[in-house]
Amino acid sequence: MADAQPKEAWSSRLGVILAVAGSAVGLGNFLRFPGLASQYGSGAFMIAYFISLVLIGIPIGWAEWALGRYAGQQGFRSSPGIFYALIRHKWGKYIGVLGVIIPVVIYMYYVYIEAWCIGYASYFATGHLSLGSDVKTYSDFWENFVGANSDGFAFSTGHNQAVMFLLFVFVLNFYLIYRGLVAGIEFFCKYAMPALVVIALVILVRVLTLGTPDAAKPDQNVLTGLGFMWNPGDWQTQLKNPQLWLAAAGQIFFSLSVGFGVIITYASYLKPENDVVLSGLSASAANEFCEVALGGLITVPAAYIFLGAAGVVGQGTFGLGFKVLPLVFAKMPLPGLFGFLFFFLLFLAAITSSLSMLQPGIAFLEEGLGLKRKQSVTLLGLITAVGCAFVVYFSKDLKALDTLDFWVGTVCIFMMATVIIIYYGWGMGIDRAWAETHRGAEMRIPRIFKFIIKYVSPTFLIIVFAMFVLTKIFGLDVATGKFAPTGYMSELIGEHSSHVARFTVAFLVITIAFFALLTSLAGSRWDHEKKNLKTPESK
Amino acid sequence: MTPGGWIIMLTSVTAVTVLFVGCLYRVLFHQPPPPTEKLHGIDDIHTPDEGDN
Repeated sequence: MADAQPKEAWSSRLGVILAVAGSAVGLGNFLRFPGLASQYGSGAFMIAYFISLVLIGIPIGWAEWALGRYAGQQGFRSSPGIFYALIRHKWGKYIGVLGVIIPVVIYMYYVYIEAWCIGYASYFATGHLSLGSDVKTYSDFWENFVGANSDGFAFSTGHNQAVMFLLFVFVLNFYLIYRGLVAGIEFFCKYAMPALVVIALVILVRVLTLGTPDAAKPDQNVLTGLGFMWNPGDWQTQLKNPQLWLAAAGQIFFSLSVGFGVIITYASYLKPENDVVLSGLSASAANEFCEVALGGLITVPAAYIFLGAAGVVGQGTFGLGFKVLPLVFAKMPLPGLFGFLFFFLLFLAAITSSLSMLQPGIAFLEEGLGLKRKQSVTLLGLITAVGCAFVVYFSKDLKALDTLDFWVGTVCIFMMATVIIIYYGWGMGIDRAWAETHRGAEMRIPRIFKFIIKYVSPTFLIIVFAMFVLTKIFGLDVATGKFAPTGYMSELIGEHSSHVARFTVAFLVITIAFFALLTSLAGSRWDHEKKNLKTPESK
Repeated sequence: MTPGGWIIMLTSVTAVTVLFVGCLYRVLFHQPPPPTEKLHGIDDIHTPDEGDN
């Protein structure tokens, strides 16, 4: 329990808002969102996107803020401890263990992507990314850089630049986390987040003033680039497409960092009288501003202006970010400057997120096992280093990274968020939860949200999760109603299984078992402390 | 860029910007009042013999 540890708390309200916003703002804001919006026709996508924001994004965020602060007052700072305090049952802490496993495992691969960003920023600054005008050259460069052609490639002599950058960002993350909540996370986010917005605005002005860079291609200009991103298609028909709703809800969900175990941990460091309503809304608003107003106007329009529709369509997040955009920035005036700024922007977005992924693990090791900061940082460093080495070694087609991202970065997050919103609306009881949320609040949540949080959010979330499982795991074709297991399933079971995918899932199971064991030890410790607190006179 | 595109872009960007700026303004410039200490008046004081009167 926190009684055994120094009690940390945020030093300012702006600090905690920027830390939560920093956790939410990541690569998805600048790469994934614009790609999805243009893919599904922005009109229909944005309708589904904003409905999802109101029905699941903001409500689950409020629930996490309120539950975290509530458990924090009882001395618990880690997700297993928080659920131990909330669900007064011996299994409660095991539900909370998801809130440690999710961020720790995501950190194992996310920090590698972060290393690509700082690597690309430094390559642009030193002129190493002027590779001509063929996108294939940039694609080959990226595949060599990350080792996507064969397992172990990134560790081989002469090809280990990505590992060098990884070492740098890995150490930087742990240095900041070692400094603590206020001197590390809050201090860094207070500078990094405003810097991120300023850099994004500079790049935005650059993109919007590009005009028609190639006179030979007058149809590729700023207006057609914006049109490619924002022109609505047949929005009435598109709104009937379940895949569009799944994509929009998923984007809101993952973008806001709800269900990660991060917000609930951060909120546990609030003081009892601190507001959570305005703070939660502000953090969500900051994320939405970065995603829609900055990400939505920069990435896809810039790519379209230089490469046309053919250069944008069908590119995934990594394709757009590390194959297409380097070419786009190389074609701009002052390529070194703007290429550096863009990838440094991605790096800032990534590091503020990766820092938040470490805090739940640190909090758990400290309060669950009674470790000091140096010990907890060392142990978490070892655990994440092993996972990170696993991801980097099995780099062919980024199979290990992709498998972990799917099962942990998607499936587990859905599960955790569902638990949180159901506990908030039903377990704690909506009236009690509502009163707890409004304690110290600087604004009232409209009463309609009582109904939304209790009935609509869980239903909407469960439907989206069920649709996700049916389509992305069991391969349901919505149009025909037929099932054909997707790659994530068939690579684990069946004739075409992948040994790397199986290793990765085995690694994941071992990680879950390890943290469950630690949680069991922590539970014994908490039970013992609770007994001692109850019977002080008997001593 | 079609009129529909302009409408969607401007509506979306304006909505999130207004929300963000509004929240930021309240956080930065609208400090919460300090918690007030409850002062007990004569009506708040209850004595055990009240029920006898």
